[in-house]
Amino acid sequence: MKLALAAASARHPAARAGAAPALQGLSLRVAAGEQVAVIGPSGAGKTTLLQVLACAMPPTQGTLTLDGVAPWALPRRELQRLRGRLFLAPQVPPLPPRQRVVTAVLAGRLPALGLWASLRSLAYPADIPAAHEALARFDLADKLFERVDRLSGGERQRVGLARALLAPARLWLIDEPLSALDPTRASQAIATLRDEAAVRGVTLVATLHQVDTALANFPRIVGLRDGVLAFDLAAAEVTPQHLSALYAQHEDELHGGPAPAAPFADLPLPTAAPAAVMHCR
Amino acid sequence: MRPAFRDPAWAGRVFWTCAALVLLWPLGVATEFRPWVLVEPDNLRVSRQFIASFFPPVVDAEFLALVARETWRTVAIATAGMTLAFLLAVPLALGSVRVLSVSALSGRMAVGPVWARQVLRGLMIVLRSVPELVWALVFVRVVGLGPTAGVLAIALTYGGMLGKVYAEILESGDTHTTQTLMRNGAGRLQAFGYALLPQNGAELTSYTVYRWECAVRSSVVLGFVGAGGLGQQLNNSMKMFNGGEVATMLVVFMLLVALADRISSGLRRALG
Repeated sequence: MKLALAAASARHPAARAGAAPALQGLSLRVAAGEQVAVIGPSGAGKTTLLQVLACAMPPTQGTLTLDGVAPWALPRRELQRLRGRLFLAPQVPPLPPRQRVVTAVLAGRLPALGLWASLRSLAYPADIPAAHEALARFDLADKLFERVDRLSGGERQRVGLARALLAPARLWLIDEPLSALDPTRASQAIATLRDEAAVRGVTLVATLHQVDTALANFPRIVGLRDGVLAFDLAAAEVTPQHLSALYAQHEDELHGGPAPAAPFADLPLPTAAPAAVMHCR
Repeated sequence: MRPAFRDPAWAGRVFWTCAALVLLWPLGVATEFRPWVLVEPDNLRVSRQFIASFFPPVVDAEFLALVARETWRTVAIATAGMTLAFLLAVPLALGSVRVLSVSALSGRMAVGPVWARQVLRGLMIVLRSVPELVWALVFVRVVGLGPTAGVLAIALTYGGMLGKVYAEILESGDTHTTQTLMRNGAGRLQAFGYALLPQNGAELTSYTVYRWECAVRSSVVLGFVGAGGLGQQLNNSMKMFNGGEVATMLVVFMLLVALADRISSGLRRALG
């Protein structure tokens, strides 16, 4: 899927009323099948950019077109169908604690399934081999029938990524896929995403905090700072000067200092779901 | 004592305690709250006679068989009523939950869905604001004396109650998982089954079991207006001044509530 953003501005969904918009007049074109890494310091607007591209919220100004179609001009039903062809993986993996991994992964396929087929798959998982295959790509095949709340933070993040492999999507928008992974797992995960995207001809846009990983793995790098495009270059053309300008006053993030990225990686994960509370209403 | 060692919060506590008492006074007057009449000699004698009549409880085989039958009927009324209420509540709750709105995913909800939700909420208010006792009196006239009236009364009141609380539970939990699925193109019911329900399943179950216990208790009250079960027998025995029978049935009733309590805590632990 090819996408084009023209002079688009947007606010972070949780922003205060008076705050400056997270994206300011951003223009970006990505061709079908291209692989792009978005880098920039914290608060640069990376997550908001992915949200706009995923049709999670309309740009306040400017336009978005996906494969030549303006999604916000579509009727609601058509928009929802278009959303089925996009896959947004948020930074915090969206997995219910009491769900089993197999169901969580198969949920990626929901837009392609009818209601009846998806309800039947809740009773007995419809395509266990496919879920197994996707998990194996992320080294999680043995967790197939485990409950999500028994997994570590890094395992949950990889389950969230495995979901992409089952989604009927033509555009993958992956937010900070490596924030909770150790270096080995991180390079394995990024290689899997890149290979699969290339094989399927899926367009891949990922935000990354690890500049080295972005430069080593992605042919095209988009630098974002304060909601404005800082540079948009082939990876080989990105110089240390570009990077130091991009990360000025945020040098610790550039040099892999105390990782500020993951809001949840440092937190102790709730290992067991909280006990059900009795409501006397 | 030196001023430095005086608790600065003390004056505030005294003031708010006095203020609470002053505010409670008119409520006590309005409800004719005079607890000392309980310990006046005349009233004490009456109470003693009433409680003494409970002993000994009636335990002959014939009566116990009758109690067992009526207890079973009470449980059946509560369970059938809860099942109907559940069937009524699920669509009402799903229809009125804001989390499952596609248009609310990106900004404000569209006008049509807003009105549909208001109508469903209004319907639930009507259903649960009429007490089950009143519904039972209505249905006793329509379908005659017997358990059917009790079942229908519980179904309507509890349907409204369950629908409202289900919707509240679904709204109050973490909606990140549900919203992500819908943003990736899943339908409302798909998002419910794959995210919202597993997210809140334990709490919903626990609340449903607690309401079933309430339904058991309430079906006893409904028996007094002729809706069958243990309550009707209790009413008969009281009218005949047969304290022993009343005592037996009260004990059975306590056991029933204790049993429901065990079941619900066991279920909650299994789901925890």
